[in-house]
Amino acid sequence: MTRYIIQRLIYMLITMFLIATFTFFLMKFLPGTPLTAADKLSEEQQAVVLEKYGLNDPVPVQYFDYMVNLVQGDLGISFQFDNREVTTILMERVGPSIQLGIQAMIIGTILGMLLGLISAIYHNGFLDYGSVFVAVIGKSIPSFVFAGILQYFIGVKLGWFPVALWEGWQYTVLPTVALAIFPIAVAARFMRTEMLEVMGSDYITTARAKGVNKFGVVFKHGVRNALIPLITVLGPLAVSLMTGTLVIENIFAVPGIGEQFVKAVNTNDFPIIMGTTLLLAFLFIFIILVIDLLYGVIDPRIRLAEGE
Amino acid sequence: MKKTNWLLLVLALVLSMFLAACSGGGDEGSSSSGDSGSDSSGDASGDSKQVLNIMDSAEIPTMDASLATDAVAFQFLGSTMDGLYRLGENAQPEPGIAEESEVSDDGMTWTFHLRDAKWSNGDPVTANDFVYAWQRAVNPDTGSEYGPYMMGGVIKNATAISNGEKPVDQLGVEAVDEHTFKVTLEKPIPYFKSLTTFGTFLPLNKKFVEEKGDKYALEADTLLSNGPFKITEWNHGEGWTLKKNEDYWDADNVKLNQINVKVVKDTATGVNLYETGEVDRVNLSAEFVDQYRSSDDFKVEEEPTLFYLKLNQKANDVLGNVKARKAMQMVIDRQSMVDVILNNGSIPADGDIPKNFVKDPESGKDFREVNGELVSYDVDKAKQLWNEAKEELGKDKITLEYLGGDTETAKNLDAYIKDQLEQLDGLTVKVTSVPFKERLQRDTNMNYQIQNAGWGPDYIDPNTFLNMWVTDGANNKTGYSSKEYDQLIEQAGNEYALEPEKRFENFYKAEKMLIQDDAVLVPLYQRARAQLWKPYVKDVQVNPMGPDYSYKHAYIEGK
Repeated sequence: MTRYIIQRLIYMLITMFLIATFTFFLMKFLPGTPLTAADKLSEEQQAVVLEKYGLNDPVPVQYFDYMVNLVQGDLGISFQFDNREVTTILMERVGPSIQLGIQAMIIGTILGMLLGLISAIYHNGFLDYGSVFVAVIGKSIPSFVFAGILQYFIGVKLGWFPVALWEGWQYTVLPTVALAIFPIAVAARFMRTEMLEVMGSDYITTARAKGVNKFGVVFKHGVRNALIPLITVLGPLAVSLMTGTLVIENIFAVPGIGEQFVKAVNTNDFPIIMGTTLLLAFLFIFIILVIDLLYGVIDPRIRLAEGE
Repeated sequence: MKKTNWLLLVLALVLSMFLAACSGGGDEGSSSSGDSGSDSSGDASGDSKQVLNIMDSAEIPTMDASLATDAVAFQFLGSTMDGLYRLGENAQPEPGIAEESEVSDDGMTWTFHLRDAKWSNGDPVTANDFVYAWQRAVNPDTGSEYGPYMMGGVIKNATAISNGEKPVDQLGVEAVDEHTFKVTLEKPIPYFKSLTTFGTFLPLNKKFVEEKGDKYALEADTLLSNGPFKITEWNHGEGWTLKKNEDYWDADNVKLNQINVKVVKDTATGVNLYETGEVDRVNLSAEFVDQYRSSDDFKVEEEPTLFYLKLNQKANDVLGNVKARKAMQMVIDRQSMVDVILNNGSIPADGDIPKNFVKDPESGKDFREVNGELVSYDVDKAKQLWNEAKEELGKDKITLEYLGGDTETAKNLDAYIKDQLEQLDGLTVKVTSVPFKERLQRDTNMNYQIQNAGWGPDYIDPNTFLNMWVTDGANNKTGYSSKEYDQLIEQAGNEYALEPEKRFENFYKAEKMLIQDDAVLVPLYQRARAQLWKPYVKDVQVNPMGPDYSYKHAYIEGK
């Protein structure tokens, strides 16, 4: 087990290195310069400013410098926010995104699982159709449409929650709901399918034959077995929710990282592009590791490494 | 199994610590801004509180005057700082830190007499603060984009210094004494006073800037103000709060106590916030204009920003033909374009100088009024000219490439223009939509045939629009070159620098030549902003350059 984790951590480092390298060179293909007033500057003046950022050096030299700094934990200085450290900007921006992502994930998973369970228990009944309907709606309506509807009816018309901005817990309600609708749908669909399959298995029949009641079977045997595929899907979904959704952040004026990343690409803010990519990549591979380890806990038959 | 659980626990702890650290930052931000939120709603309840709630579409990139390049930065530099002069009514410079100024007979030396004014830390604002700031702006080590651009060719030695050819202390600025600031120019600059209202020319407190070092102007507490307001809270990406600066020399005339600014990018969200009373102003995009046009809150603000088609005369022999270019000018129905496609109050452009931007020095009439409509809409004439051009070129079928923007509005506009241009017999226009910076790059390399471009002024003078088109001008990029045109602009800048009437005569001639005779550009429209303003917000001054708005005299009444 320890060997497996150490091995995975080494793979993580290699993956991060490859991502950093790939992103760095890909970034250099972006058209334009990071200068905001490039159209107004003479070539000499542009060269003077680019020199300040080290962008006049050959690309391999820039790459080497960046990697050396990166190893020392220095992500550099932003181009669009002069002199502000990338680390500071990322830490400021990632907080709201992660907070919204986690809230949406928790609400989405719990509600989705409940819906899925209800569907499975009352298979082909009214409640089953009802929750399938909710899942279909959640999966098919784009989150920005849902966000707009929530904002207008709940925020403007009913005035129950703030329309937008980021000034306290009540400001997180509408964006969380808008974000949660998708995980609700995903969790509900997976839970329903898996539960139906599990419920038809021999060991469930055995359990029922032994006299375990319906709910006992569902919760003691069914849920646990249905969790594996669900976790497989929800893991990457959790990362994508936590790493910021541009549309939701824009609609609810959330100062999150998704919006910042897009702005960085549009302005050729190389250090922010790199910093954000690395942060998101780290979150992603870290969560994949956690999920792999979780498999073993949920179902001890899943072995993590050969010979263990 | 026990070992596995233990390892999982450690991993889970690491993840939760990481997430807690990240969201902790957010919590801090949200709780502190929560305070400002409650401030805003509480304070805004009555007139006496004098709180203005506005939003901006982007975070302030920098509050360092030497590094600022964009509208948001200049807006809040303008609200928190006073330069030698500041823009007053009708875009006329009004005294700021300079009480008065005099210019030498040859127009080369300006002497500014400074008033007693204070920085928000109590230090006096002195002539040395201007010397330091201006030298810093052209110093190549600072990496300023606007410093060399705004000061080059204007202040003595600025270009040489910014290219690293001369030491910084050779810049033509001098503190004669604490209250006297002397500037030596490269040549007489008739609009120099209006230039001093621009953000790049603001003073800086050397002691404070050097003390803060790399951290200068990054947070509310690493900023100094000498203007009407000071930034007291700055939550990056989210918003910022300005409070009245009691140390400001003209504090008695500042009525607002507080301005709360929130970053909101989405227009629909802005409109919803306006509807719920969270903000006092919102910019409308075309789809909202019809909905609110009849509202009392609806206002249209004209901007001196012009949009036009740039035609690359070197890229294609058709575009090198003046008759073909004229035909393209005449075939576009600009009125329908602004009414239907843009629908935001923009007006058709018929020259290279916007409407209500500069006035004739003699008659006081608007430049546009004096020089008249230089392009007209006449499809028949356009077709005739086009056929003549085709005959001269010996071509029947012509395909031209059109470089357009990638936003929704730009795509609609470009489709409309394509449709209009294709009324010319045998012409096919191929539109390529690219992001803004890609367009800039293609412009720099002259890798385009037709492009949709725009320009906003950097100072209030026709020169800011007309000197772009001189031979090899950095932004010309059309291949246009006319000795006569170059001479007109050169003469206006040098020989006639101190003779406003003759100078304007040259500008009138140059504009006619550029648009009417040589048809270098196809003027499209002058941009306007459609907005909703709460009627209780009074006396916000709208500026044609620098900060978009001046809140110095603004107040709330009847809320």
